[in-house]
Amino acid sequence: MALSTDESGRLADLLTSRVERVTQRWTEVVAGQLRGRLSQAELLRQVQELHRVLVDTLSKGAVDLTAEEATELRAVLVELSRGQARQGFSATETATGVFALKDALLSVMEDDQSAGTLRDYVVFSALVDQMGLFTFESYVRTRESLIADQAEQLLELSTPVVKLWEGVVAVPLVGTLDSARAQVVMERLLQTLVDTGSPYAIIDITGVPAVDTQVAQHILKTVVAARLMGADCIISGIRPQIAQTIVALGIEFGDIATKASLADALRHVLRLTGVEAGRRQPRREA
Amino acid sequence: MERVPILKIGDILLVSIQVDMSDQTAVALQEDLAERIVATGCHGVIIDITALDIVDSFVGRMLSSIASISRVLDAETVVVGMRPAVAITLVELGLSLNGIRTALNVERGMELIAANRYHDDLDEFLDGPDAEPTASP
Repeated sequence: MALSTDESGRLADLLTSRVERVTQRWTEVVAGQLRGRLSQAELLRQVQELHRVLVDTLSKGAVDLTAEEATELRAVLVELSRGQARQGFSATETATGVFALKDALLSVMEDDQSAGTLRDYVVFSALVDQMGLFTFESYVRTRESLIADQAEQLLELSTPVVKLWEGVVAVPLVGTLDSARAQVVMERLLQTLVDTGSPYAIIDITGVPAVDTQVAQHILKTVVAARLMGADCIISGIRPQIAQTIVALGIEFGDIATKASLADALRHVLRLTGVEAGRRQPRREA
Repeated sequence: MERVPILKIGDILLVSIQVDMSDQTAVALQEDLAERIVATGCHGVIIDITALDIVDSFVGRMLSSIASISRVLDAETVVVGMRPAVAITLVELGLSLNGIRTALNVERGMELIAANRYHDDLDEFLDGPDAEPTASP
């Protein structure tokens, strides 16, 4: 239900003539919702800005939120919801910031019967609904872009390939291994093997919380790919529970060397390359 | 038709594949290589595929058959220089190039062959004439 030019003019008049009453009521409703997480002054500033832009837009004769004249209003709404999303407010709290305008309008109309009719109010609230939905959409968009950014950062952070010894590189895997991450790990490991000319790679899964068939599949693929390129992989850091899970699931690592700790794996590789490492101390029972 | 050059370095034949392999090129390479192994008496073959962007089942089968031919002629085959992207594709396709040894680069490949020759010679030396199957009555 779009506003007619006549109605939008009347709404602008109403908002202008009772500016204090409207902003005060508006601020009250929003403040009650936020329970003091935003300072009163800050809140008032937001409401006043929104009020000013809304009046501007309406007096320009805009009858719809998607209209050309409402560009500034949309920009302010986007800015508001983006700020709220980044500060960690919920979607409801953000939308209430706009919907509170209805409350304010209603209280003004109740006080003064001449200010507008019920029909006016319904039409006005349709516009407010539009604004609220628009705010909600911007909020969701901001949140989604935040999540995408974080996922990308996580992907970059979590896959270092370190050189342990001449000709030995290691990948300490930390966190859950999904398909996307497994792909990144595989590519980075293989590229490092080529760049450094290392014939041995150790995949350390100490930091992987759980190994299911899918994770095992990813690790196996990486090992086979490394083998195709002429490098040998050793899997290390298998915790007791993980070993039990692997056996229970019937995962076969075939002839791939598996070691309990990174130190064992490195010793194994050094023995293969003929480097003399210190003799292994027999484990003492506690 | 393009021919793939075969270079002799010491006891090793080096084949660097830099052209797209067609049926004819592959057959010609197998024939040339068998002849060269017999003519030179080399004990190692290194196939360098650094320049190959794509290794499909056809190239995979060619590599396998070259390895088999060489083995019959007592030469060991090592495939070197496979790119990461190629390796990932092969794994995704489920091709594992059975019976082919691989190394990261030509240098590592030569080391691998040298090490194996050394072990073989050592075994022969240690086993001595007693280990000959014909020695048993």
